[in-house]
Amino acid sequence: MDESYCTPLDLRQIEENFSELEPPLKPAEALHEANRCLYCYDAPCTRACPTHIDVPAFIKKIASGNLRGSARVIFEANPIGATCARVCPVEVLCEGACVENTLLNKPIEIGRLQRYATDFVLNSQQPLFSPGDPNGLTVGIIGSGPAGLSCAMYLARLGYEVTVYDKKPLAGGLDTYGMAEYKMSQSVSQTEVGQLARLGVKFVLNTVITGDAASPEDIREETHDNNQPGDHSDAIQMQAVAFSDLLEWHDAVFIAVGLGATKMLAVPGEDLYGVIDALGFIEKIKTRDWKNVPLGRRVAVIGAGNTAIDAATQAKRLGAERVIMVYRKTEKEIPAYDYEYKLARHDCIEFIWQAAPIGIISDDTGKKVAALRCEKTDGSLQIFEIPCDMVIKAVGQTKMLSFFESVAGVKTDENGRVIVNNLMQTSNPKIFAGGDCVNGGGEAVEAAQMGKMAAIGIHKTLTGETIKFAGADL
Amino acid sequence: MVDLSINFAGIKSPNPFWLASAPPTNMGSMVERAFDAGWGGAVWKTLGEPIVNVSSRLASIDYGPMRMAGLNNIELITDRPLEVNLKEVYECKKKYPNNAVIVSLMVESKREAWHEIVKRTQDTGCDGLELNFGCPHGMSERGMGSAMGQVPEYTCMVTEWVKEVAQVPVIVKLTPNVTNIVPPAKAALRGGADAVSLINTINSIMGVDLDTMIPHPNVNGKAAHGGYCGPAVKPIALNMVSELARDPEFTIPISGIGGITTWRDATEFLLLGAGCVQVCTAVMHYGYRIVEDMIDGLSNYLDEKGFASVNEIIGKSVYRVTDWGNLDLNYKVVAHVNQENCIRCNLCYVACEDGAHQAFEFIESDGQRYPIVIEDECVGCNLCALVCPAPGAISMIRLDDGSHPESWRERTSLKNRQSD
Repeated sequence: MDESYCTPLDLRQIEENFSELEPPLKPAEALHEANRCLYCYDAPCTRACPTHIDVPAFIKKIASGNLRGSARVIFEANPIGATCARVCPVEVLCEGACVENTLLNKPIEIGRLQRYATDFVLNSQQPLFSPGDPNGLTVGIIGSGPAGLSCAMYLARLGYEVTVYDKKPLAGGLDTYGMAEYKMSQSVSQTEVGQLARLGVKFVLNTVITGDAASPEDIREETHDNNQPGDHSDAIQMQAVAFSDLLEWHDAVFIAVGLGATKMLAVPGEDLYGVIDALGFIEKIKTRDWKNVPLGRRVAVIGAGNTAIDAATQAKRLGAERVIMVYRKTEKEIPAYDYEYKLARHDCIEFIWQAAPIGIISDDTGKKVAALRCEKTDGSLQIFEIPCDMVIKAVGQTKMLSFFESVAGVKTDENGRVIVNNLMQTSNPKIFAGGDCVNGGGEAVEAAQMGKMAAIGIHKTLTGETIKFAGADL
Repeated sequence: MVDLSINFAGIKSPNPFWLASAPPTNMGSMVERAFDAGWGGAVWKTLGEPIVNVSSRLASIDYGPMRMAGLNNIELITDRPLEVNLKEVYECKKKYPNNAVIVSLMVESKREAWHEIVKRTQDTGCDGLELNFGCPHGMSERGMGSAMGQVPEYTCMVTEWVKEVAQVPVIVKLTPNVTNIVPPAKAALRGGADAVSLINTINSIMGVDLDTMIPHPNVNGKAAHGGYCGPAVKPIALNMVSELARDPEFTIPISGIGGITTWRDATEFLLLGAGCVQVCTAVMHYGYRIVEDMIDGLSNYLDEKGFASVNEIIGKSVYRVTDWGNLDLNYKVVAHVNQENCIRCNLCYVACEDGAHQAFEFIESDGQRYPIVIEDECVGCNLCALVCPAPGAISMIRLDDGSHPESWRERTSLKNRQSD
């Protein structure tokens, strides 16, 4: 790999660029803000939260000096409450619904208050929850992202023996590997995973779930989804477990595998050195091994969703001279949240609207990216080129169709999403599913709610008992 | 798991949090919803001859952005028929055998009237009676309410009448509109009361509308004094509770009432001698749901402090309340500014300059101007620390080593001996 194909900045500058966008509240700030909350009844913020955390209750507990109680209220409705405090799009969820918007044009800083409470308890020695008395039942969960972690928490508290399988070396899914580093670092996600381990949840990592006749190629394919620049010497010893074994060992299986690889552009030059998918790029950044993150000087990003913006802003903060986002629709139709778009503009990301890539041009060596060829989608069909030495693809992810069909054997809809009933049960009554693989790709908090509903559905199916967890409904 | 259950004067309750006799306990459906929310007990809104209420009835004062820091009411006892109330008490107690159901009573000062209502009420199966000797408006003019509580002889007499026929514990509710809370409390004790509850509301007028020049609350252009309650009255209630708790002759349990809004307020009352607490204003403001954090907060507090039961903290701070004359005159603290936390608002300076002892001056530090304390001038009154808005910016530092404590009593008696 070209050693200069990385950040030109010194460590101090990078650390500054990647310092937390939202620093934690100081105690005086937290008290002031908590007291500003009106303590609404049947609050709009709780309704807006996909996990229906009782927001006024946790805020008032910060005000009354009951931080432990505050954290408990949060984690009871949302097992990844610390992550969500940092990454939830609060502007369009709880804070967007806050009545203080109407009163004062200043919503309560619910996200930062949630972080204040969860930080307190995650740093303390005393666990909030204890595992339930073993009930003799066992559940296997595939995928340790938000949906899987959430389901595991509820089942462990009910007394289930829970094992979570994940192909990665660390648990947490996108919480660990996909969140912009200036929003949260891997340690936060690992602390939440640790909370689950203390409840007795077993994590089996570096493990792929395969069909019965799995080959070594299948396993390798799972771990290296895309052609990426960068050394592949991080190939870890992977192991495979057959799905049919899971069905035998466990009383129920919960599929929480998320989405598949980033979609291909299907244009010539896609395999040139310097073309990388957004998720792979972000995953590299999460290691904080800055010199080993591939980075060009002039980066083109294809797409304008939230992931595209995460990739673009982080490329800029790593020191790319110019970052240009190319989107096939107009500015008004940008799929990213407003506040993310604002951040991109603040970071001086450039935008080219109504353009689609039709080819990636190589340099003289024929091996590396030199330009992105685009065609206007505004009817003019005008063709132009953007000189660049890196192309980041952020055009959405595929579905894990072959896994659903050939490995798990569950039905999917015409969009490749696993079909579930209101118990989160698939076409196979022993198999449940939730998270991005069911809703096609949403927020972490939505996946957490589905994990909760799946735990309810699994418990109802296996024992007949209907249990109501906090925030299961309004 | 911490145990919050109590036995208050023979009345069992799953936790020390009761609703006070007021609009939130006006009828059975409300009390039952409150029990569902987690309240350990409830004192029914005072039964007696049904009255007629006026409209409007409540007024309040805000403090900055905080609504209803103090509340005032000119509402009277129940306006619902006695039989209806008694039937609801009976049904409520049947449905909630483990919660404490107390009924508050007020009738005219005749032995027969009290005998009759006590007998009828305890037939419902309720856990206790509370005698309302404290309503400071409307009823007092009719010779009831605080008219009873302000005259110790009446307090004792009516309590005796009630105890002649009562078969459940009798709590006497005291009015704070007295010069000294101890005589009426001891009168209740003499009359046979099993416990007292205090405080009832304080005589008050809430304010005057500057546009109409009509005082609040406005009933067709006129106002009447009412009963003040809410967060603003807590210190008054705390003092009166502690006065009774520290009197060695006062031997019956105390139910603390007055501005309790959070678990912290409740805990302060318990530490100063209350065996249980009653809440009204905070529920009227925020709803029954506030009891959840009261229970949770108190439990976590007891846990952290290493206590297994709430009973271990009842009265735990009473021995620390003493007469002024017994305070150590040699204890000396002075204020100290911690620059790293100071935000340089200078409020400490002006407070001390105009309201205390001019013990602040300014210095230059790192190109900024900071207030600092002139220790020789500082008397350690605390004012600067109280007005300072920045946490950790001002500390009170102890200067004496505690080796020679001396109270005013000791000093003056020594002087007397020296002059002999």
